[in-house]
Amino acid sequence: MQQTRPAGPEAGAPLLALSGVGKRFGNQVTALEGLDMEVRRGEFLSLLGPSGCGKSTALRLIAGLAEPTSGRIDFNGEHPGKAASPHPSVGFVFQEPTLMPWASVFGNVHLPLKLAGTSRREAEPAIMQALELVGLEAFRDAYPRELSGGMKMRVSIARALVTKPRLLLMDEPFAALDEITRFKLNNDLLQVWRQLNCTIVFVTHSVFESVYLSTRILVFRARPGRVAAELAIDPSLERDEAFRTSPEYVALCRQASTALAAAMNAG
Amino acid sequence: MALRITHRLENSPFRWALPVAVLGLVVLGWDLVVRLNDLPPYILPGPLRVLDTLVADRTVLLGSLMVTLRTTLVALVLAAVGGGALALVFASARIVEFSLFPIAIILQVTPLIAIAPLMLIYLSTDTAVLTCAWIVAFFPILSNTTLGLNSVDANLRDLFRLSGAGRLQTLRLLQLPTALPYFLGGLRIAGGLALVGAVVGEIAAGSAGQGSGLAFRIVESGYRLNIPRMFAALLLISLAGILIYAALSLLSWLLLRRWHESALGTGN
Repeated sequence: MQQTRPAGPEAGAPLLALSGVGKRFGNQVTALEGLDMEVRRGEFLSLLGPSGCGKSTALRLIAGLAEPTSGRIDFNGEHPGKAASPHPSVGFVFQEPTLMPWASVFGNVHLPLKLAGTSRREAEPAIMQALELVGLEAFRDAYPRELSGGMKMRVSIARALVTKPRLLLMDEPFAALDEITRFKLNNDLLQVWRQLNCTIVFVTHSVFESVYLSTRILVFRARPGRVAAELAIDPSLERDEAFRTSPEYVALCRQASTALAAAMNAG
Repeated sequence: MALRITHRLENSPFRWALPVAVLGLVVLGWDLVVRLNDLPPYILPGPLRVLDTLVADRTVLLGSLMVTLRTTLVALVLAAVGGGALALVFASARIVEFSLFPIAIILQVTPLIAIAPLMLIYLSTDTAVLTCAWIVAFFPILSNTTLGLNSVDANLRDLFRLSGAGRLQTLRLLQLPTALPYFLGGLRIAGGLALVGAVVGEIAAGSAGQGSGLAFRIVESGYRLNIPRMFAALLLISLAGILIYAALSLLSWLLLRRWHESALGTGN
C-alpha cells in the first residue's frame, strides 16, 4: 500500500485563505468572528470543534453558499465556488446523504454534470469512474431507498467526486453512521484522496476521526467561532487499523483532546 | 400480538374475502327486510329489483352515467391543470400566494350547494355544472401542490445552487419531482370531490336544464316515484366514484412505485 502522496509541484501552496472573516445571522447570533485560516493545496484539513462553533458555517462560506458579513476570502486563481465554469471545481458532501429519492444511483451521481449540460451518455465514463472509486458500480440502477446508510453516503461522495473537484468540502459526513461503517468509509476516503490528489476540508466533532484522517487539524472555539489551535500530523504516517491502536495515534489524540478542551473552556 | 394477527391478515385471502362477505351480508339483510315485510317497490325495492331496473333502463342510465363522468373528468383535468399552474405561480412569487390564497379558501369553505343556484343564473346549465365540479376539485390540488413545491430539501437546494443550476433546471429536476406525490394525493381527493360537485350541480339545475346526468335522473325519478330507478342511478354514481378513485390510485402507483414510500409494500 502506497503511503506517501506524490508531492506535486504545487503541493502545500495555499489554495484559499480566509482573513478576519465574520458571519452574523440577524443581529443576535455571531457564528464567526475574526476567523483567519488557510487551506493548502493537497492537504487533508479537519475543522474540529464542539457543536455551534461555526465550523459548518466556515465550510459554507468557502463553498460560496453564504457570504461573509465581514473580512474576505481569497482564492488563489478563480473562485472555486463560482459555478460558471462547466465543471465546478468544488464538491460538497452534506451530513445527510441528500440524495434525490426519485433518481437511481446513476441519476444521482449524474446530477452535477447534468446541471452543467452533460448528457447521460457523455457523462457515463465519469459517473462509472466515480462509482468505482466508492465501490458501488454494481448498484448503478438501484434506488436510494434500497441502500443502507453507509451506501447512501458513498453515493453522495461519488456525486461530489464526479466533477473531479480540486477541493472537496465535507460537513460531518459520517456523523450519522455506526462505528464499523465509519471506519470503513474513513479508509476508503483516504484512498480516494490519495488517488485523486485533491484537497479535502473535513468538518467533524470527533477527535479520533480527525486525527486518523488529517494532515492538519484546526481546533475551533465557540461564541464567537474562530480558530483556537492548530495541530499538524505527519502525512507520511500509514493510516490503517494498526495506526488506530498505535502509541503515536493515542498521543496525537490526547494532544487534540487537550486543545479541544482548552478551546471549550476559553469560551 | 395484535400486530402479528394484523400482519398475518395482510397476506391472507381473508383480506379480500372478508369485506366482500360483509357487503354480501348487508345486501342479503336488505333483501330479507324487503321480503319479510312484503314492502312494495315504491317504498323500498329489493336488490334484485334494482338490478332488474338497471338492466331494463340501461340505455337511459348508461347515457346519464356518460354525461356525469364526462363532466367529472373535464372538471378534474381543468382543476389539475389550473391548480397545478397556480401552485407554480404561488411557489415563484410569494406575494401572489398571499394575495390569492384567501380567495381560494373562501371558495372552498362556502358550501357549494349554496353557490350553485347563483351560477345557474349567470351561466348556461352545462357550464354551471362543470364550474361546480371544478371549484371543489381545484382547491385540494392547489393546496397540496403548493405544499409539495415548498417542501424541497434544503440541502438539495444548496447542491443545485452549488452546481450552478438555473431556475428552470431547479424547477424541472428538483421542485416538480418533490411535489409530484403531493400533487397525486391532491388529485385523488379531487377526483372524488369533482364527482360530488357534478352531482350537486346537476341537482341544483334540476328540471331547469335539459341536463341528463345521473343526479338529474335521481331527481326526475323521485318526482315520478320510480324508486327502483333512483337506487339504480345511485348505484351507478357509487360505481363511478370507485372507478375514478381506482384509476387515480393506479396512476399514482405507476408514477411513484420505484421510489416513493407510499407506493412501497411492507417489504420482506
